[in-house]
Amino acid sequence: MALDPITLAVIRGGLEQIADEMDATLERMAFSPVISDGFDRASGIYHVRDGEVIMQGPRGLPNFICVMEITVRSVIERVKDFAEGDVFIVNDPYLGGTHLMDVKMVRPFFYKGKLTAFLANSGHWPDIGGRVPGGFSTRATEIYQEGLRLPPVRIMQAGKLNQDVLDIILHNVRVSAERQGDIIAKITALNLGADRLTKLLDRYGEATVFEAVDEMKARSERLMRSHIETIPDGTYEFTDYIDSDGVEWEPLALRLKLTVSGSEVYVDFSESSPPCRGPLNSVFSTTLAGVFITFKHIFPDVPINAGCFVPIKVNIPTTTFLHAQPPRPVAGCAAEVCQRVIDVMLGALSQAIPDKAYAAPMGTVTNLSVGGENPGKGYYVFYSFIGGGYGGNFLTDGLINGNPTIAVARTQALEIFEFRYPVLFNRYAIREGSGGAGKRRGGYGVIFEFQIRDGNASASLLGERGRFAPFGILDGQSAQSAEHIFTLRGEEFRPEHVTKDENVHMEPGDVLSLRTPGGGGYGDPFERPVELVLQDVRRGYYDRATALREYGVRIQPDAWVVDEKSTRMLRRRGRQEGSAD
Amino acid sequence: MGTLAADAKHVADAKLIGVDIGGTFTDVVVLDEAHRELQIGKVATTPDDQSTGFITALDGLRVSYPAIDLVTHGTTVATNAVLERDGGRCGLIATRGFRDILELRRRDRPHMYGLTGSFEPLIPRDRRLEVTERIAAEGTVLTPLREEEVLEVGRMLLAQWVEAIVVSFMNSYANPEHELRAKEILQEEWPHLYVVTSSETLPVFREFERTSTAVVNAYVQPNVGQYLEQLEERLSERGYGSDLFIMQSNGGMMSAASVRDLPLNTVLSGPAAGVIAATRIAAEVGLDNLITYDMGGTSLDVSLVQEGKPLPSSGMDLEFGIPLMVSMIDIHTIGAGGGSIARIDQGGLLQVGPQSAGAEPGPVCYGKNGAAPTLTDANVVLGRINPNYPIAGVAGASFDVAGARAVITETIGQPLGLSTEQAAQAIVTVANNRIAGSLRRVSIDKGHDPRDFALFPFGGSGPLHVGYLLRELSIGQGIVPYYPGIASAWGCVIADRQHDFVTMQNCLLSELDLATVEQTFADHLAAGEEMLAGENVPLERVNVVREADISYEGQTHVIRTALPAGKLSHETIAASFRSAYLQHYGRVEEGFSGLEELLAQIPIRLLNLRTAVIGVRTDVRLKDFVKAPETTLVEACKEERSVFVDNGFLNCLVFDRAKLPWDAVLLGPALIEQPDTTIWLEPWCRATVAEGGSLMIEVT
Repeated sequence: MALDPITLAVIRGGLEQIADEMDATLERMAFSPVISDGFDRASGIYHVRDGEVIMQGPRGLPNFICVMEITVRSVIERVKDFAEGDVFIVNDPYLGGTHLMDVKMVRPFFYKGKLTAFLANSGHWPDIGGRVPGGFSTRATEIYQEGLRLPPVRIMQAGKLNQDVLDIILHNVRVSAERQGDIIAKITALNLGADRLTKLLDRYGEATVFEAVDEMKARSERLMRSHIETIPDGTYEFTDYIDSDGVEWEPLALRLKLTVSGSEVYVDFSESSPPCRGPLNSVFSTTLAGVFITFKHIFPDVPINAGCFVPIKVNIPTTTFLHAQPPRPVAGCAAEVCQRVIDVMLGALSQAIPDKAYAAPMGTVTNLSVGGENPGKGYYVFYSFIGGGYGGNFLTDGLINGNPTIAVARTQALEIFEFRYPVLFNRYAIREGSGGAGKRRGGYGVIFEFQIRDGNASASLLGERGRFAPFGILDGQSAQSAEHIFTLRGEEFRPEHVTKDENVHMEPGDVLSLRTPGGGGYGDPFERPVELVLQDVRRGYYDRATALREYGVRIQPDAWVVDEKSTRMLRRRGRQEGSAD
Repeated sequence: MGTLAADAKHVADAKLIGVDIGGTFTDVVVLDEAHRELQIGKVATTPDDQSTGFITALDGLRVSYPAIDLVTHGTTVATNAVLERDGGRCGLIATRGFRDILELRRRDRPHMYGLTGSFEPLIPRDRRLEVTERIAAEGTVLTPLREEEVLEVGRMLLAQWVEAIVVSFMNSYANPEHELRAKEILQEEWPHLYVVTSSETLPVFREFERTSTAVVNAYVQPNVGQYLEQLEERLSERGYGSDLFIMQSNGGMMSAASVRDLPLNTVLSGPAAGVIAATRIAAEVGLDNLITYDMGGTSLDVSLVQEGKPLPSSGMDLEFGIPLMVSMIDIHTIGAGGGSIARIDQGGLLQVGPQSAGAEPGPVCYGKNGAAPTLTDANVVLGRINPNYPIAGVAGASFDVAGARAVITETIGQPLGLSTEQAAQAIVTVANNRIAGSLRRVSIDKGHDPRDFALFPFGGSGPLHVGYLLRELSIGQGIVPYYPGIASAWGCVIADRQHDFVTMQNCLLSELDLATVEQTFADHLAAGEEMLAGENVPLERVNVVREADISYEGQTHVIRTALPAGKLSHETIAASFRSAYLQHYGRVEEGFSGLEELLAQIPIRLLNLRTAVIGVRTDVRLKDFVKAPETTLVEACKEERSVFVDNGFLNCLVFDRAKLPWDAVLLGPALIEQPDTTIWLEPWCRATVAEGGSLMIEVT
């Protein structure tokens, strides 16, 4: 029996709602502020056969698009004796993960006594043990140094909390009391999902629901194929770099050959750099996520399920740092390497479909973790990430202070940081001049500057784009790269790897000032309307000298008035020079 | 322009008046409780000065102003100011280093997928300045306020012609003294300057949301303040001696005087009134689970009512990057209405809305120089709207059918190779699907099966689409109220009065000083009662709802926990929280063991104390004001008209709603006309007239 469109819509909406409610429950109950305020979490429903994603919450972190599918598949492959009431905890990056801090839970779902589906969620813990608070070690050379690594083990066994496993975890992570709360939140969210899914199956019948699941998959695949068909056939190449692996000052190349043929795409990263010593390796699932996220950014209307990935084939061999094997360290994969994968995908696709082109976004999440003793209040660890500018694009200027392309995570309120931790912010501001000039200019990065108020602390920083700035396209300029400066006991200190360092000892009064990259510019800056340049300068996004140099617009020194004649001449000359090249 | 009640008598005993101004129409309800009399009026909204339409509508009903006890008003002035970026020219004074908080937001993007879009804050960067001061999270002063800098930046902002200044400092929720001092300095120097502080607007942490909320308040204040002043002046000139009341987004009303300081509470004023009306009218026929949609000329507002209560929300994003954190009814809005413009897009597809012809020039058929075809034009061409009986039309006036036909033929029919009627039908179908999508978003997409709800259409355009939507969404029952076109105005008349208060505590429950809690609640109540007392409206009783925002230590999200009446203890607060927590998240332990014990070890933190002081008015039922007609169904039938349905013309009976006897059953296709709207009964629909006049519609 063919499904009527209303039933299909209701079931689709129902499944989406279940995933969304699991996300909401996890987010509201979580103790990790990265989950509750930062939305660094995802929930989904997965096929019993092979873990294929049936539905992921519409507000779930994009980075987990296909990661969790591989996590569930790993659980299915390793475990044979699922029981009702089991919940597995797992964070092994090599079993379909990201970095160790993303802790997943997988619950086999039984309907009328039969294993029918899997429910899973993921959420970022502020700490997972290892050599630095927060987990972002930049000098680790083995995953063992990065923290506690859990293969799928039962945190709940047939409905009963497994105290042994819980004890091991709590003895190996910092601020462990709060992690108990996160464990409860994750299990409760899965319980709720199981309850809702049971009701949905009761109401519409298992056969009908899974018929709808198949139909949804087929529709997503069809839609994705029809979009790919609009990309002209051909091979498009693009290369960009990771600054360094944190251990050796050598760039890592991502060399992409993207081939479009009919309704399929072949993504080849095989010429990329080999695995590295430091933590800027990526695991296969995270690299793959970068590829898929890019297609969702270009064609946002395709609903996420296993169908939309079918027409996309990849070649990411283990000879590259994009498909590292144990025990390579991987702390930088989720937030940094994955974003660069998206950057090079955007770079290649911009050649193929200029009408959907983007200059590079900031391309880094600038992971910051600080741990220390808050006198009289105990040990603390906080983790934060900082935004940057988006690239100018076919439609608009780049966004100021966007969140990473892999995430929906928001930054937490500064007042909550100050309430919880002994830190005091000096500044949180637009980083003027950081966006690339262009007809549609790049957005701006930020200055995020704080000092330690009380007690000694240890800061670790894992960022990127300190050496290779976000690129502009179609004659747009590149953005400013990142610049991070410590002031320690009155002395300025800049990390050797610019954006990466670990366990920097900070005392009260010591300052860390993070300056994140903007986005690249789109199109010739001399084509930017003069009145917009004037407005940019009035707002202090850049100064008069920049307007003159990069945009060919002369603004009078003492008034908000454009010198029209001089501007016309400058812009004409600029264009002639350009055409003479 | 005219009123509906051409035969309006002089209403000497008018007691209560509700006026709702939407994008297209201004609606009035005049209620005389003592004599069980109800009058309604509708005129075109006057966008340049909405008070003109307001007064025209009342004058049209020949209202005796001195006899009015109470005027309650739903207004869109605040919302329009933000959406049209037409609000006040404001400046912001921030803590040194933090003027960009408003523009940086919380680091997000407009769309989850797709990286386009930029953001314009309500106050641009050149009007955001900084002063030296700093307060710590615990409220201690780290750097004293440099008072001379306040004057200096004040001067710089005034040199940029700002009308209002927002003062928002870091951690002002913990200690407002610097913000208050800055305000004082500014107002001493410039006594007429409107100054808003973030701590007075929303005394809770999160600097971006607090600043944004304060900025919205300042931004809309000139528009709302000026408008209310003008309106009150016009009312008092005519002899109205009582206070003017305004509907708030939370569904309760508040005096205009209070609204002048808190205009941010009126952002969903009219839509909230409509949901209140829908909730109460549906309750009269025993329905308490509703999907309501209010469709007027410009926009569509959709809401969900569960067990007789509109779903609440603690805030909303007015648009990307503009959060407004106040208590409100959860309402989803899209641009779809009778005035929605039909066009063919670049891809050759027919689109209807979100652009609207609004009240001026309005649809082509209004004959006011409208040049673009609208949904209303399509309904006129199809024969569903009576061209000789336009809404709010002056008696004897009629719609320009030829004009509507010509523009639809030319701009839609010819490019798509369709006949005029086919083109009109395509416009209606596209609009119907957009509305259906919006109803799905509040129901299916939030896990509610529409089949568990009744559909409650209102607004001047809503009932034209009810039959299609019932079938499209498989909803069992629709209920069309007796006066669909003036539901929001009815909501204004019957709404309770409500004042909400919030005070931040932010301490562990074990360290909570109960005396402070009692005092805070007492202060809230006193302030609420004072506001109620200052507003001269008879009340049946005062309800006090005491709540606290509570979480486990370390959590960011709080549970809005209702507290028991009487004396509070740490134990009763903890018990209320634990039970609310379980109710909210389901039983933590269901089928699992060991988790609740873990949870019980975690300390509890109390963030905010909240009080709603509700002045409950006498329950007024619409059906008590609708007299059973003494006419028969045959007498109710006005005429037979040819209506275009499914590619051909069908003869349809046209009924006069006012003459439909109770318990009458009508089969589609049929039209039911009344002054404020038209109900189109699709061929697959059956309608029954309930006692009190509500029309119950089912798919056959």
